[in-house]
Amino acid sequence: MKKFLRNAYLYVLLLFLYAPIIVLMVYSFNASKSRGVWEGFTFDWYAKLFANTQILSALYNTLAVALIATIISTIVGTLSAIGIHFYSKRRQSILLNVNYVPVVNPDIVTGVSMMLLFATFHIRQGFITMLIAHITFCIPYVLLSVLPKLRQMDKHTFEAAMDLGARPAYMIRHVILPEIKPGIVTGMLFAFTLSIDDFVISFFTTGGGVNNLSILVYSMARRGISPEMNALSTIMILTVSALLIIINLRGTKKTKVQGGN
Amino acid sequence: MKKMRVLGVPYIVWMIIFICLPLIFLAIYSFTNRTGGFTFNNFKEFFSPIYIKILLNSLYLAAISTLICFLLGYPAAYLISRIHNERKRNVILLLFIMPMWMNFLLRTYSWMTLLGNNGLINLLLQKLSLPPLNMLYNTSAVLLGMVYNFLPFMVYPIYSVLTKLNQSYRNAAQDLGANNRTAFLKITFPLSLPGVITGITMVFMPAVSTFVIPSLLGGGQNMLIGSLIEQQILQAGNMNFGSAASLIMMVIIFIMMRIMETFDKTKKDKVEINI
Repeated sequence: MKKFLRNAYLYVLLLFLYAPIIVLMVYSFNASKSRGVWEGFTFDWYAKLFANTQILSALYNTLAVALIATIISTIVGTLSAIGIHFYSKRRQSILLNVNYVPVVNPDIVTGVSMMLLFATFHIRQGFITMLIAHITFCIPYVLLSVLPKLRQMDKHTFEAAMDLGARPAYMIRHVILPEIKPGIVTGMLFAFTLSIDDFVISFFTTGGGVNNLSILVYSMARRGISPEMNALSTIMILTVSALLIIINLRGTKKTKVQGGN
Repeated sequence: MKKMRVLGVPYIVWMIIFICLPLIFLAIYSFTNRTGGFTFNNFKEFFSPIYIKILLNSLYLAAISTLICFLLGYPAAYLISRIHNERKRNVILLLFIMPMWMNFLLRTYSWMTLLGNNGLINLLLQKLSLPPLNMLYNTSAVLLGMVYNFLPFMVYPIYSVLTKLNQSYRNAAQDLGANNRTAFLKITFPLSLPGVITGITMVFMPAVSTFVIPSLLGGGQNMLIGSLIEQQILQAGNMNFGSAASLIMMVIIFIMMRIMETFDKTKKDKVEINI
């Protein structure tokens, strides 16, 4: 009985969390364009999606910004974490406090303040400014994921490598990077998910008709979102779920193997 | 080893240009008028009854939605952490977190489909020959949107503290004669407070500053501080007043974070000393 109540509570909450997602997916197969009526099953919206240049260009911008921002912020964040690791405690704490600003600041403040910067220097807002903003809010997460891994490293490892004649570039590649790799991967995943889902900061830092998916949804919401968007989000949800399931399955397999050893 | 320090330089330059400078501009804009002269007027204007009401309303709604998230999320996190089958536990946890991977705006928009006057819930009521409800474009819809979007932020941190919790404390309490209720209230709950505090912070902060949720679900009648900033900057083009409002919100949030941090630390120390 107790178990039943527990499960019932959890499933009701899950229903609450998934209801809107299911609705969205179901409507992507609705033959009617209006949201109130069901006129039968269709794949039309999926076909039309690939002809909808507005949605496709927003998708392109979202993915391009996310990929470029992830690559740049992972490289810059990792290298700067290594650099900052060797600073004095006092300097480290000052830099980390500044690094923390985009993490704790509400998105709207980050967005508005960057917009003011671009406006003051008369920089025309568009793809590049949006990309700069994304890199700026992604690097802090990479840095915060990598730094703890550096702190866990044995100090003597660096010294041993140096005594054996390792130059800085060699040391980074062969001594430091292998040790901090899990932190880099975590940071990279953080950067990608934050970038791909961002609305507020992009909204304030883009311009000239350059949209990402979130901005497009926001501008469509009042009039009603075109069913092609439902189709696209269904594809995206299924892709993400498939990836998560694969990662999860692989994760449990790995722990099992480790447990066996 | 000192050679490595060079690697930090590019990001320091980046931080100065893209983190420090924008905040300096935010401060400059909020203390100037449209022609660039120094003034306190933006702040004076903000502290007039209309805007103070908006600020208080945002804080109030954020607090209520945080409370609802806590009341719904704590039992959920607790129940998940008590699932013995590890595989099942991980699957349920994953199900709670997965909605966050779907676009936040689409999920919120989807609620408009459910709650609208011709929406699914009203259609269902119609079928049952019940009177339709007016659910969209009011305060409850905004609260629902906040709870819906931020609930996973409450569940996850509480869950992760609860699973790491050393079960032997609880067992010891029970051996000493505490019943389930006492063991929970005196041992499990106090020890899970760090997770609760993280959860509160992670729900309250985005709830205070959101402008998407009131704009989509509140129908614009429910003005919150985030909507005020967006409206002043993008629609009214009043960068100076918008900056002042942003600065005030930023300061309030920083003060709240500080309060939360100290609360967190003292609690942790106390619990450890007690044990």
